[in-house]
Amino acid sequence: MSTAMNTHDAHEAGAHHDEHHDTGSNTVFGFWLYLMTDCLLFASIFATYAVLFMNTAGGVSGKDIFDLELILAGTAALLFSSITYGFAMISAHRKNKAGTLGWLAVTFLFGACFIALEIYEFHHLIVNGHGPQASAFLSAFFTLVGTHGLHVTAGMIWMVILMIEVAKTGLTGRAITRISCLSLFWHFLDVVWICVFTVVYLMGAI
Amino acid sequence: MSGFLGKLSWDALPYDPIVITTLCVVAVVGALVAFLVIKNNLLGVLWRDWLTSVDHKKLGIMYIVLALIMLMRGFADAIMMRLQLALATNGDPGYLPPHHYDQIFTAHGVIMIIFMAMPFMIGLMNIVVPLQIGARDVAFPFLNNLSFWLAASGAILVNISLGLGEFAKTGWVAYPPLAGLEYSPGVGVDYYIWALQISGIGTTLTAVNFLATVFKMRAPGMKLMDMPIFTWTCTWANILIAASFPILTAVLAMLTLDRYLDFHFFTNDGGGNSMMYINLFWAWGHPEVYILVLPAFGIFSEIVSTFTGKRLFGYKSMVWATASISILGFIVWLHHFFTMGSSANVNAFFGIMTMIIAVPTGVKLFNWLFTMYRGRLRITVPVLWTLGFMVTFTIGGMTGVLLAVPGADYVLHNSLFLIAHFHNTIIGGAVFGYLAGFAFWFPKAMGFHLNVKLGKAAFWCWLVGFFLAFMPLYVLGFLGMTRRLNHTDNPDWNIWLYIALVGAIVIFAGIACQLLQLYVSFRDRKQNLDTTGDPWNGHTLEWSTASPPQFYNFAEVPVVSDIDAFTDMKEKGTAYQRKESYAPIHMPKNTSAGIIMGGLLTAFGFAMIWHIWWLAIASLVGTVVTFIVRAYTTDVDYYVQPDEVAQIENEHLDNVAKG
Repeated sequence: MSTAMNTHDAHEAGAHHDEHHDTGSNTVFGFWLYLMTDCLLFASIFATYAVLFMNTAGGVSGKDIFDLELILAGTAALLFSSITYGFAMISAHRKNKAGTLGWLAVTFLFGACFIALEIYEFHHLIVNGHGPQASAFLSAFFTLVGTHGLHVTAGMIWMVILMIEVAKTGLTGRAITRISCLSLFWHFLDVVWICVFTVVYLMGAI
Repeated sequence: MSGFLGKLSWDALPYDPIVITTLCVVAVVGALVAFLVIKNNLLGVLWRDWLTSVDHKKLGIMYIVLALIMLMRGFADAIMMRLQLALATNGDPGYLPPHHYDQIFTAHGVIMIIFMAMPFMIGLMNIVVPLQIGARDVAFPFLNNLSFWLAASGAILVNISLGLGEFAKTGWVAYPPLAGLEYSPGVGVDYYIWALQISGIGTTLTAVNFLATVFKMRAPGMKLMDMPIFTWTCTWANILIAASFPILTAVLAMLTLDRYLDFHFFTNDGGGNSMMYINLFWAWGHPEVYILVLPAFGIFSEIVSTFTGKRLFGYKSMVWATASISILGFIVWLHHFFTMGSSANVNAFFGIMTMIIAVPTGVKLFNWLFTMYRGRLRITVPVLWTLGFMVTFTIGGMTGVLLAVPGADYVLHNSLFLIAHFHNTIIGGAVFGYLAGFAFWFPKAMGFHLNVKLGKAAFWCWLVGFFLAFMPLYVLGFLGMTRRLNHTDNPDWNIWLYIALVGAIVIFAGIACQLLQLYVSFRDRKQNLDTTGDPWNGHTLEWSTASPPQFYNFAEVPVVSDIDAFTDMKEKGTAYQRKESYAPIHMPKNTSAGIIMGGLLTAFGFAMIWHIWWLAIASLVGTVVTFIVRAYTTDVDYYVQPDEVAQIENEHLDNVAKG
């Protein structure tokens, strides 16, 4: 409870911040709360996948269609992107604008690799007749993996916009707050992906 | 591939004389309101001071206006159903054919829960919570405005369904496979999906916003266990929203994929499992009823303690009881479908968890009684609602415990006994609470008092009407009448159906009294001004401000050292102190981004419902672009200058001195 008071003091101090009504700490906390709601969204889809993954309607199951090597490559790209995002954060805190932009660009590229591999996987499955319409298992699979993919895509769009902001106005307090929020988002998506990789692909391939 | 307007064609227009008449009345009233607004030159005021406002107090008032409008719509549905059931006895078909009747009971449920009760609760929370914790606004004022417009957007979509196409005929729970494409090929379920989806996301954002507000923006000195009890109950409700609304978002998205892209989550074929929908729906739906009722409990607590002039008995047990109800509320969802065929052990677990909820609820009731004990209860309108609630809700709670017995539930499931039970708790608990809160905080929000006579008349009509309308439904449940029947042919039921109709008419008189009360109170407002800001001798910080509160809430952020912070200040003599000088106050600027995004998302929902793909893409892109533009606006705030603050504060303090 004493921490609550301290954070309040932080807010009071931030009230005289000259460019933004919300202090950075409020925004990051609020964004973290949003991530918890997003976490429950994923939890609901995970639960549905867990209930439906055996309902293959006489069609393929996970071990018939998962290409683990491909998924491993995508997973590696995403995990490396978390490390590079960490470097971007370090640069941002050092007020190193070029470094921040550079590492964000590298992160973006890793994210793009991940999404490209996912699109390839989805396309490959659909043309072979294993689209989401084929069975409840595939519906749940495409929805779970696709929802994660949509999140990553949204994160990449956000990253581009953030890079434009940093390039234009530099590492202002507001930009740093936003980089911190995107950082939370990006690492959160990694955590979700580790669950997807384990529950869907590894357990599915056994 | 569909055409330019998707599935929309002339066939979407209504042909039912009842619907056409309703639409004509709505059009006339709408035109009248528009005429009055334009004639009195209020369009600018409306836009600048209200629709684009980020002030939590104004947003709260707009939420409650939305709730009252939707209350009338939802009640119109209710009385139509009661009339139909009173007429359609002994095999008579009545005046509402099944396809229309089914839409009415679906719309009634959706509207009353999502677009009446939720906005009412969130409206009161908006007005009161920031004031109670001594904050100048919520953590994210623009987000607050956006949340309101998302709620309004959903409400608009539901109402469009009245004139264009149809609403769902599935009941408010929209269970597949009935809600799937195979059995509901029309646009009704799509209206349901998008109205709930858009407003539900707004609700989630509200919870995030208010949680950040209470955890980060409390006045200095206010520890968590010093927060006023209404704020505490709202906080638990917000935790429940944050934890349960994403499940609704997910399950609606899955139903959308089933209906739009031929997925197989809940279909009969392809390995789909419709029971998964029912589980997920109630994993949201059960916490939802606690989201509705917990803030009402908070309102009653504030009222009982204020009007007895005493400290709330058992503040800490009240907070922990709220916490217990919130947590237990998450592990009882299966009691909505004991008959699904889970094993006896599973049913027993959920039955017992459900019954245990009666314990913390009982703690609350006893706390209210002990607060009143040896107090001097002033019988005002808010107190009447509270007393009415304590009697009514106890009955509803006990029938709930009865339904929680899986064996009994097998008999009573989907019968009118269930309908009577949940109306007993939602009306007798949540709605009575909101109406109590409405009467309690009205002078604070609006600056003048409500007419007492009409307020009391409204209460008695509601109370008597409620018992007349719903007690017969318990009997009908025992007599074997199931819910959602369009017409009946059992002479034993008739008398109870007639009594229920009389009850609905008495409730109608109650609503009429409330509308009249609003009109009379507004007409006589100059004689009934609340000049002191503290009309009831209140305990908490909202009463330390003027009525209506200064737009910045507090000229100086108060320092708190007690649960009843304002009582403490009055006793120490630190209330109403004149300051030599004031510091500039940092405030957010109004923004039109919220209403623009709300409008675009309404268009998006409409386009998705009617498969107008170009409009869906355009409005979604427009929404995202509006958000990004808003995110990069730097001109979002300003400072109120000390001399303006001093002028406003001195005026208020002069009024207090005079009062």
